Amino acid sequence: MIRWLLLLFGGALLGGIVHLATIIILPRTATQDAYSRLARSAPVNAVVTLPAPTPESASMPFMDPAFASAVCRYDLSQGPLKFTVPVSLAYTSVSFYTRYDVAYYAINDRAAGRRVIELDLMTAEQHSQMPEDEEITAADRLIVESPTLTGLIAIRALAPEPGLMPMAQNTIVAAKCTRQDEPKTSR
Amino acid sequence: MRLLLGSLFALVVAAVVGLGATYLALTRSAAFGPLTIGSWTAWPKTGTADADPYAQASIARIGQLPTALGDGVAFTAQADENGRLLDGRCNVILSGVTPVARFWTLTLYNVDGQLVANSINRSGFTSQEIVRHADGGFEIEVTPRANPGNWLPTGGVERYILLLRLYDTAVGVSTKAGREVPMPAVKTRSCP
Repeated sequence: MIRWLLLLFGGALLGGIVHLATIIILPRTATQDAYSRLARSAPVNAVVTLPAPTPESASMPFMDPAFASAVCRYDLSQGPLKFTVPVSLAYTSVSFYTRYDVAYYAINDRAAGRRVIELDLMTAEQHSQMPEDEEITAADRLIVESPTLTGLIAIRALAPEPGLMPMAQNTIVAAKCTRQDEPKTSR
Repeated sequence: MRLLLGSLFALVVAAVVGLGATYLALTRSAAFGPLTIGSWTAWPKTGTADADPYAQASIARIGQLPTALGDGVAFTAQADENGRLLDGRCNVILSGVTPVARFWTLTLYNVDGQLVANSINRSGFTSQEIVRHADGGFEIEVTPRANPGNWLPTGGVERYILLLRLYDTAVGVSTKAGREVPMPAVKTRSCP
């Protein structure tokens, strides 16, 4: 009897370890998380507008239908990224997610304080490799450090009323995320 | 033989306990640091880099991008203030005011996080679309049949979830439930 109780206790203890291990491993193995879903359709280092969610289809669950949204799936292995988006009349926000969909940074139009949200995205390593003097000239540039090499930038603009949706979409379309060293394309 | 049986038993117990606990944690979207006000619950910390492993696992399982804390806070309601699960065949009334925020949106989803089809193609309200009383309060009727005023159609689904997202708000990780954060009351008025 005591032997079985001991085995039960040992099993439960082992179960606790199994539980913690599965919780920690799950984000690494998930195939239906937001990043994996978007990775199928979104090219790397480019802004892709997401279709407005409808009852039949949505890019991901729990999307806010009052917003026009776009994502930029980034990969910093080739170098830092430059990101710009003009702010819309109502509310514009830019959120940064790691490869495992953890939101590590977000900024909105009011915090940016200008007509354009403009920032540089790089890894901590790339940030530390930036030349000193450039850091001074870059003082008014916002630098965001990504904890992972890949991840997502979500750009959202609010349409306070359905009639203002085209305005919000125009903002989203104007968003750009490009490699810093790439020659500027004329447009 | 006894050793083999014994270790098999222990392993089965481990699998049942471990996977069962994981399943429960994920289906109940458990995470540390919930902020509960009335019927509404938010996990402000889930929208930060400090999101705990449970929050990360839930995010991965649902497949959503959580609302980042620098963007806003998302409050979820699955039940009315008496703990009754929200039923799309009932008349549910939301009344009161919201915490200070530049904008907020209220959206109705089914339990999988998809929008619900309805006759007028409305799945939510923004703070600017709402018709308010003179004192700034509002009333939203979440009902299957058309209603004058702020009508949010349920499409007659059996169960639904309401999400109230506050954008550019002071509500965050350090917020304590109290008078500074009034949330609309959720009441089931009548059920067929």
